[in-house]
Amino acid sequence: MRMDLLIEGLKKAIELILAGDPIIAEITLRTLKVSLTAIIISMIVGIPAGMVLGLVQFPGRRLILALVNIGMGLPPVVAGLWITLLLWRSGPLGEYSLLYSETAIVLAQTLVSLPIITALTATAFQQISEKMILQVKALGATRLQLVWILMKECKLAILAAIIAGFGRVIAEVGAAMMVGGNISGQTRILTTSIVMEVSKGNFDIALALSFILMTLAFLITFCLTYLQQRKRSNE
Amino acid sequence: MKNKFLSIMFILSLALMTACSNSDTEKAEAPEGANEPETTKVDRTDLILATTTSTQDSGLLDELIPMFEEENPYKVKTIAVGTGQALEMGVKGEADTLLTHAPASEKELVDNEDVLNYQQVMYNDFVVVGPTADPAGVKGLSTTEAFAKIFESQSVFVSRGDDSGTHKKELQLWEEASLTPSENEAYLETGQGMGNSLQVAAEKQGYILTDRATYLAQKDTLGEFEVLVEGDDNLLNIYHVMEVNPEKSDMINVEGAKAFVEFMIDEDTQSTIAEFGVEEYGEPLFFLFE
Repeated sequence: MRMDLLIEGLKKAIELILAGDPIIAEITLRTLKVSLTAIIISMIVGIPAGMVLGLVQFPGRRLILALVNIGMGLPPVVAGLWITLLLWRSGPLGEYSLLYSETAIVLAQTLVSLPIITALTATAFQQISEKMILQVKALGATRLQLVWILMKECKLAILAAIIAGFGRVIAEVGAAMMVGGNISGQTRILTTSIVMEVSKGNFDIALALSFILMTLAFLITFCLTYLQQRKRSNE
Repeated sequence: MKNKFLSIMFILSLALMTACSNSDTEKAEAPEGANEPETTKVDRTDLILATTTSTQDSGLLDELIPMFEEENPYKVKTIAVGTGQALEMGVKGEADTLLTHAPASEKELVDNEDVLNYQQVMYNDFVVVGPTADPAGVKGLSTTEAFAKIFESQSVFVSRGDDSGTHKKELQLWEEASLTPSENEAYLETGQGMGNSLQVAAEKQGYILTDRATYLAQKDTLGEFEVLVEGDDNLLNIYHVMEVNPEKSDMINVEGAKAFVEFMIDEDTQSTIAEFGVEEYGEPLFFLFE
């Protein structure tokens, strides 16, 4: 009987995709938009921060590294709870009415993916040998050129960091439920609609949505991996 | 080099896309409200409705909210949580309007003036459902007798355990039977919504108290499960709508909350509620007060 359900779900997924159901399309696009925004913010902040943590010696660096590493294990619901308290009407950022909006989900997802990208980038840069840095400097590279060369050296690891962060963000449900509220047409994303459809007893739709989510995750991870590996064969 | 450049361009364009689409939606929403013929411009368009899971899981709100949004310049943010949390959001001023079903707890809020304009909307009833085999033999009994039998036979009973309206009602029924449910080792608390708890009960072959609407909406996925106790006076499930007192927070959408309460007791809405579910389940899920 459960096998039937799986096949039914797969059928329903194909049906929903082929029929171009506008609601499913909207939820899928919102999922992509929110997750990609969160991951891009995490990259813009996390990669430079990881670089500094990995390369520059400064007091308190180990403490920050430890905190960032702990942050990698930050449970999304905890992130969700913090963001909720921050965005409550009575909270410090209450006046902006951000709770139950896409922005709130982006904030929560950034909070869980930023430590992953920062920590993994920092590890990558720590592995670069001092000698190499000296050598590049000796060849007369400017600071910017040095950064560029080192980034190229670490790009495999940086892309791996992005893949790990993205995996976390697209799979996340607890925080998105809490800060987004799963509002139809506003903050409903794939993971939260799966939870809702299960609680409604609509297992076929839930399965259909899960296939869409997995396809999405697969495609993006595949592209990132392709990017990672192709550049390797170029050199 | 070229590849790197291309990938950076790709990422940047994605970032731009998301940024643009953000502002697009904002722009698109503004004139919508302004074009409404009879409504004047409103300061605050977001309206937070804190409600119970049963109104969402039964599909009723999917029907009513679009109706409300068509007639009014507000965008409803429906937060479907347990009644306990919904009422707490009212007390804290985190919601503008509430639609809940725990009259005893609601009364406290009304008395404390946490909420205003408290109105009856509709009712349905709670039922005790359980496995068709009925191991405790409760079919057709009164609620109190049935609860006593379940307790004596130490049968599995699934409780919401989440401070929701249904959970409050269940605790009240145990109290009326003068029993402490936790003394039954087979008493389970799920801490989840009605739909999920029903699934747990079906899987564990246990008894559960549920609102009729959610049960009817899920009947097909539950297997050998049926209504065993119903029709008792103490199983009435009454839904009220109310405005959160604007003094609770200066961000409360007073006008929107008022409009929503009026909408819920409006004749058109009421007849939609009365007809809701008839087509799909052969009987209405909610009833109106005469």
